[in-house]
Amino acid sequence: MTTIATTEKAEPARRPRSQILEFMRQQPMGAASFVVIVVMMFAGVFAERVAPHDPLDIDFGGILAPPSWEHWTGTDAFGRDTFSRIIYGARTALIIGFASSFIGSSLGALLGATCAYFGGRVDMVIQRFVDIMLSFPIIVLALVVVAVLGKWQVLGIDINLIFAIAIPIVPNVTRIVRSAALSVRAMPYIDAARTAGYSHLRIICRHMLPNLMAPYLIMLTAYIAQAILLEASLSFLGLGVAEPTPAWGLMLSGNATDFFREAPWMALFPGIAISLAVFAFSLFGDSLRDWLDPKFKV
Amino acid sequence: MFRYVIQRLLLAIPTLIGVAVVSFFLLRVVPGDVVEVKLRGDGGNVSQETIEMERKRMGLDKPLMAQFGDWMIGLATLDLGKSMWTDRPVIEEIAIRLELSLQVAIMASLVAVIIAIPLGTLAALMRGTWVDYVVRLITIAGLSMPSFWLGMLIMLTLLGLFNWLPPITFTPFYVDPKANFTQLIWPAMAVGYRYSAVTARMVRSQLLEVMNEDYIRTARAKGVYEKLVITRHALRNALLPAITVLGLEFAFLIGGLVVTEQVFNLNGIGKLFVQSISRNDFTLIQGMVMMISGFYIIVNLAIDMLYAVFDPRIRYR
Repeated sequence: MTTIATTEKAEPARRPRSQILEFMRQQPMGAASFVVIVVMMFAGVFAERVAPHDPLDIDFGGILAPPSWEHWTGTDAFGRDTFSRIIYGARTALIIGFASSFIGSSLGALLGATCAYFGGRVDMVIQRFVDIMLSFPIIVLALVVVAVLGKWQVLGIDINLIFAIAIPIVPNVTRIVRSAALSVRAMPYIDAARTAGYSHLRIICRHMLPNLMAPYLIMLTAYIAQAILLEASLSFLGLGVAEPTPAWGLMLSGNATDFFREAPWMALFPGIAISLAVFAFSLFGDSLRDWLDPKFKV
Repeated sequence: MFRYVIQRLLLAIPTLIGVAVVSFFLLRVVPGDVVEVKLRGDGGNVSQETIEMERKRMGLDKPLMAQFGDWMIGLATLDLGKSMWTDRPVIEEIAIRLELSLQVAIMASLVAVIIAIPLGTLAALMRGTWVDYVVRLITIAGLSMPSFWLGMLIMLTLLGLFNWLPPITFTPFYVDPKANFTQLIWPAMAVGYRYSAVTARMVRSQLLEVMNEDYIRTARAKGVYEKLVITRHALRNALLPAITVLGLEFAFLIGGLVVTEQVFNLNGIGKLFVQSISRNDFTLIQGMVMMISGFYIIVNLAIDMLYAVFDPRIRYR
């Protein structure tokens, strides 16, 4: 019963504003997590205004200071204000999270739609490749890509890292989008487009992909969470973002563990930031899925 | 059954060959090699001649196709070659670390089962109540907390409560079970909690589906105790998909412990992987990639076999 009700409400005929209100009413947890995401984005974009200190300001007079009014979450082994570093870290995490999830999900959607559209041998070859990639833990794949790409920065953003996180996302999205695309492929309008003599590329991009927006958006938000987590893990291992750039995973690596006794706050707050970010995006992705497509399961 | 196993193993060969080819060529795209990292890594001034000699010794001067031939022939004879960094056989390097990683993976899976099944069942039975919501929050929290941070929190707690940290050197189980357990249970908990999240959600949704089946209604109509209906009739059927999830996660854990091993300073497969990547140790990376995918294939097969054990309706021919 509820299934029918929600699909009806998701019809595009409704005005966008009432849809947002409807989303907030039906998915309160999703709306709450969206607020967290907006706050985080605000902090990331306006880090220069929001942060109380310069995240790179070294102060050897005040190293490992406990949380206080001056330094809300204490200072690290170089006397840098960790609260400011966490705020700037939001920028790093969001840029890498958005970019890699966008690249990974888009490539995956394109591949999935291509598989479903052509079927046969193309589908077989791509699916075998996807199977191979799926047989590796995401972090192992990411590490291999890091090894292959080496260090590659543009405007201070680690492009290699973005790809290292995007590539493991591709096979997962490919598989999910393909299964949704198979039913789109069977629609009469695809046959109509083929009869009209449109090119394959045009049919995939103009006729199939727009009808795969729901699974695509769901995967996109869900993988932003995974991408942020992966970026934190890679940075923690020392193979992601490099010092002195503020990044959450980096803040937890190295001397955070060395100063467990003296400064436990160094290990505490960046982890809360990571968890909160991933939590918000996962919950939002979850609610979005329930809202857009109740039958869809990942 | 036996024929089916053989068939599946034969089908795995093309996959493994694919992995071997891809991992070989991907790594050769990398600029620089192990010799440069080894001899010039710490800024040492080494002549070009020495580097060329070292390359020659490792066979890195041979044309790409010849190296590829060596690698494939080695694989066919189950010889993964020698680590380019330590000169010890790759198999040996992996073997000494496998015990630790395998044990943590097994213990983490057990932790996941112990947490996931009661939580998932509880959430399904009390669907829509506050219990269901709390379980949902717990599981999403499990997916959100990086396991390495959870590991740090566990260590901080241990430090605060007992002023004690788990030892760094590994004690094998057969040497001293207690020391072994007190060392490895913490990383197993950090990883296990995360993995229990996926499984708990799986158990919940499966159980909800199964509870609508006819045989549940029949059992209730017969007057079977509700407790028995759930444990004997519903859970047994709902757990099959959970086994798949658990099995796949277990397969992933062997290589996927990378970050956790780093936090607890354990010398396992994951740590070896990170090390060999930062050292450009091609043969070791290739060997480990082969091992991880081989392990995945075998675990997958084992899951399918387990299915037949748990569900007598499934037969393999």
